Amino acid sequence: MSRAPAVLSELRRVAIVPALNEEHTVPRVIAELRSFDPGLDIVVIDDGSTDRTADVAESLGAYVLRLPFNVGIGGAVQTGFRFAHERRYDIAVRVDGDGQHDPSQLGRVLEPVLAGRADIVIGSRFAADEGGYRSSRSRRVGIRILAAVVSRVVGQRVTDTTSGFQALNRRGIALFAADYPHDYPEVEATVMVFRHRLRLAEVAVSMRERGGGSSSITALHSIYYMVKVLLAIFVGLFRRNVVPQDESL
Amino acid sequence: MTPLAVSIAGGVASLALVLVVLDLIRRHHLRERYALLWLATGIVLCVLSLWRDGLNTIARWFGVRSYPPAVLFAVAILFIIAVLLHYSTVISRLSDQNVLLAQKLALLEQELHEQESPG
Repeated sequence: MSRAPAVLSELRRVAIVPALNEEHTVPRVIAELRSFDPGLDIVVIDDGSTDRTADVAESLGAYVLRLPFNVGIGGAVQTGFRFAHERRYDIAVRVDGDGQHDPSQLGRVLEPVLAGRADIVIGSRFAADEGGYRSSRSRRVGIRILAAVVSRVVGQRVTDTTSGFQALNRRGIALFAADYPHDYPEVEATVMVFRHRLRLAEVAVSMRERGGGSSSITALHSIYYMVKVLLAIFVGLFRRNVVPQDESL
Repeated sequence: MTPLAVSIAGGVASLALVLVVLDLIRRHHLRERYALLWLATGIVLCVLSLWRDGLNTIARWFGVRSYPPAVLFAVAILFIIAVLLHYSTVISRLSDQNVLLAQKLALLEQELHEQESPG
């Protein structure tokens, strides 16, 4: 593509922030997003929190989508994609409300989308040997296995299929607004992206320790998670997919 | 021949099932589309119970010699699995629709909120 890279400040852009009981970390995430890019709209999706997450986010001037009950991370994030799609944003970034994604690294994550090289970019913890991310052994092994399986299935090297640190253009937003997996969505979403012929890129990022809340994947959950996701991937391969219309930047 | 007691008990039970299902439909406690599988279950079990030679015949096809009424159980279990599987698909669809409704509600609430307090 010979097109000149799009300039971020000329595009309508939104940050999608799913949050569940994260009143202590959401203000920092919002502040960091603003200091990265003051023109970035922020939409916090409150997935049925029992604390003041939604009120806190609203008082800081974010759009807040309050789900009436907990629908799970996939459904919550998709609400954000629907919001971005309905309001015709050009660019969306996804940053978790627990503070593990560092908004100051968004420039790197956005670059391939702005350059028109990718429809969806994933910030990967493992694309480079950068430190800063530690997690339980079982979880690391799980992530590696999933990455290997997904790489094989899609025919492109993918190192981190469980990262929720993402940037998308209109095509990416449209796809995820229409169809997004439930529960632990990122792995299936990665495969879906390829099945729909969208271009995916990974960039190396480092992630921080979670600032609050607890991981949605506990040790006991890991096995269930693996089996469920593998099932979804293999069944997904036999699904007919509609390739969405070109709606690029 | 099926033992008379088994035949009577099976017949009464499956007939009761059919009647209960019909009554539930009548009271609008059960939608017709979900009742059909149950009705089929009841009718098939009823026929197998009352048609005393039939059970033996079918048992012979499958080489069940020691206790032909076992075929009755096998058929019943088969139907129960079918009903449960059907319910799983229904529940899956309902929970998908549920999530969709929650999402639409959250989006609409935000829009309403913006209209009430512009700026």
